[in-house]
Amino acid sequence: MKKTYGHPESLVPVQTKYCGGCGHGIITRIICEIIDEMGLRAKTVITNPVGCAIWADLYFDTDTVQPAHGRTPAAATAIKRMLPDHLVICYQGDGDLAAIGTAEMVHAANRGEKFTTIFVNNAIYGMTGGQMAPTTLVGQKATTAPKGRDPIEAGMGYPMRVLEMLSTLEGTRYLARGAVNNPGNVRKLKGYIRKALEAQMAGVGFSMVEVLSQCPTNWGMDTIKSVEWLENNMIPFYKLGEVKDQIEETKAALGAVK
Amino acid sequence: MKGNEAIAEAAIRAGCTAYFGYPITPQNEIIAYMADHMLEMDRVFIQAESEVAAINMVYGAAATGVRAMTSSSSPGISLKQEGISYCCGADLPFVYVNIVRGGPGLGSIAPAQGDYMQSTRGGGHGDYRVIVLAPANVQECADLTYLAFDLADKWRMPVLILGDGVIGTMMEGVSLPPMRDLATLPDKSDWAVGGMYKTGRAARHITSINLVPAQLEQKVFSRFDRYAKMAAEEVRFEDVQCDDADLVIVAYGTSARVALGAVHEARSMGLKVGLLRLISLYPFPEKKLEALANAGKKFLVVEMSMGQMREDVRLAIHDKVEVSLIPHAGGVVPTEEEVFEKAKKILGGKI
Repeated sequence: MKKTYGHPESLVPVQTKYCGGCGHGIITRIICEIIDEMGLRAKTVITNPVGCAIWADLYFDTDTVQPAHGRTPAAATAIKRMLPDHLVICYQGDGDLAAIGTAEMVHAANRGEKFTTIFVNNAIYGMTGGQMAPTTLVGQKATTAPKGRDPIEAGMGYPMRVLEMLSTLEGTRYLARGAVNNPGNVRKLKGYIRKALEAQMAGVGFSMVEVLSQCPTNWGMDTIKSVEWLENNMIPFYKLGEVKDQIEETKAALGAVK
Repeated sequence: MKGNEAIAEAAIRAGCTAYFGYPITPQNEIIAYMADHMLEMDRVFIQAESEVAAINMVYGAAATGVRAMTSSSSPGISLKQEGISYCCGADLPFVYVNIVRGGPGLGSIAPAQGDYMQSTRGGGHGDYRVIVLAPANVQECADLTYLAFDLADKWRMPVLILGDGVIGTMMEGVSLPPMRDLATLPDKSDWAVGGMYKTGRAARHITSINLVPAQLEQKVFSRFDRYAKMAAEEVRFEDVQCDDADLVIVAYGTSARVALGAVHEARSMGLKVGLLRLISLYPFPEKKLEALANAGKKFLVVEMSMGQMREDVRLAIHDKVEVSLIPHAGGVVPTEEEVFEKAKKILGGKI
């Protein structure tokens, strides 16, 4: 009988430290499946962030580098520059990417660094216990926004749409947003990530896939409710789909140069 | 050649294939020189968006096993400290340059040595040390930078080239070290990331995290064992007529250049003054200083900081004798006359 489904080679067969219902596990698995499908496990370096995914190096059976909070795009920049034939994936959460590491993320994107960022947006700080993130929705409660995010009276700012912000930069070539709320969206997400990683190996330029992901623990919900909350609140604000796709025209331009 | 340019050229010749910098005075010649030469040699040069980004690019590059460097001046070096700590926690070797300016804060752009404690104690959070080398002329800017890359790889730790605005921007003749063939650089394939496909080895994880206190303690202990071995081998200083001296001036870098002039003047007047010019600030020449103290010497520390190095001299000689001090701050350089007069006073005032 033909084997149609199994454990990805790039995924270490251990139980993760992620909470029940967390989206990180699905995202990690999708990435591993694609690395395997591309045959690049032994030619991959993943930078893992500070936050819940700091333990990603326990799960990815590839080389990994763990830099300081928010600085993963800077480290990934250098790794990809030194190892241009390797697949370099910068795995980041919303606090790491959109708060403390904003400068590194924006400038790596603007330079058109040829690595791929997987941006896990669960609208909250997970590892530190549920503080407000740059992507926390207006009215959403957090330990540092106990009455809900209030951009007006409390001056807490507005949720940031990172992809739309980055889409104005010429160095960005592929930006897409997916979600892990249901199998259909997981399949779409896998398509986006595959497209981004293939674009990276074609030398196209900066690529990022944002993933809307549930955090039942810090949202204070069970898994089912957290999925519903993501669908009812996050997806309307963070629109799913490809925000920017200049892969083919960039490839054509690169071909013309050659 | 300027000191800053000699540092940059020596780094290139030492096999530095990755440089990451951010503009700040008075080290801008380094980043400009690297921009001018690294790209045409197909090496990596990036003007980073900040000092913070630059040091984390160093972290990434060093993790792949290449020789990497960054440079800055005092306020920028403060910003890099987090990344330096991470590099030490992950045992990543690299070279960084601090062309020190007057502080604290934005301070001045004039030469200073106020970063002594920050440099010799590690500088960032946690228990770690870095090797600190202090050139006093343009030749040493080249020689010590060249050496720094070898020491970093040998001891698998960062090496800091500590200069100041005088050392970095003055021009002197320099004889440059040979261009290293990159194929002859130390092999780091036993720990660096990348190239797993070549041998099929197991996956590697470069990280500084370890949440088990007993394990982390053992890592720090073993690192300090390594530092102790390094310290036994890598002490560097220049002894100028200390043997028969009644008074030994202790100084490094620009202060030592000034002090040397005062020593010559004192000797011409018949005063027995010597100079112990420190080249490595960490490791510190404790044994040499203790031997001089046991031989009955008096001490005068000349530094462009407020007695920071004097504390190390006092520790090294266990306060057996008083250690006099000429401190300066804010970018003020001592004068030969000032040092000579102080030496004369310590020795009884009579010639």
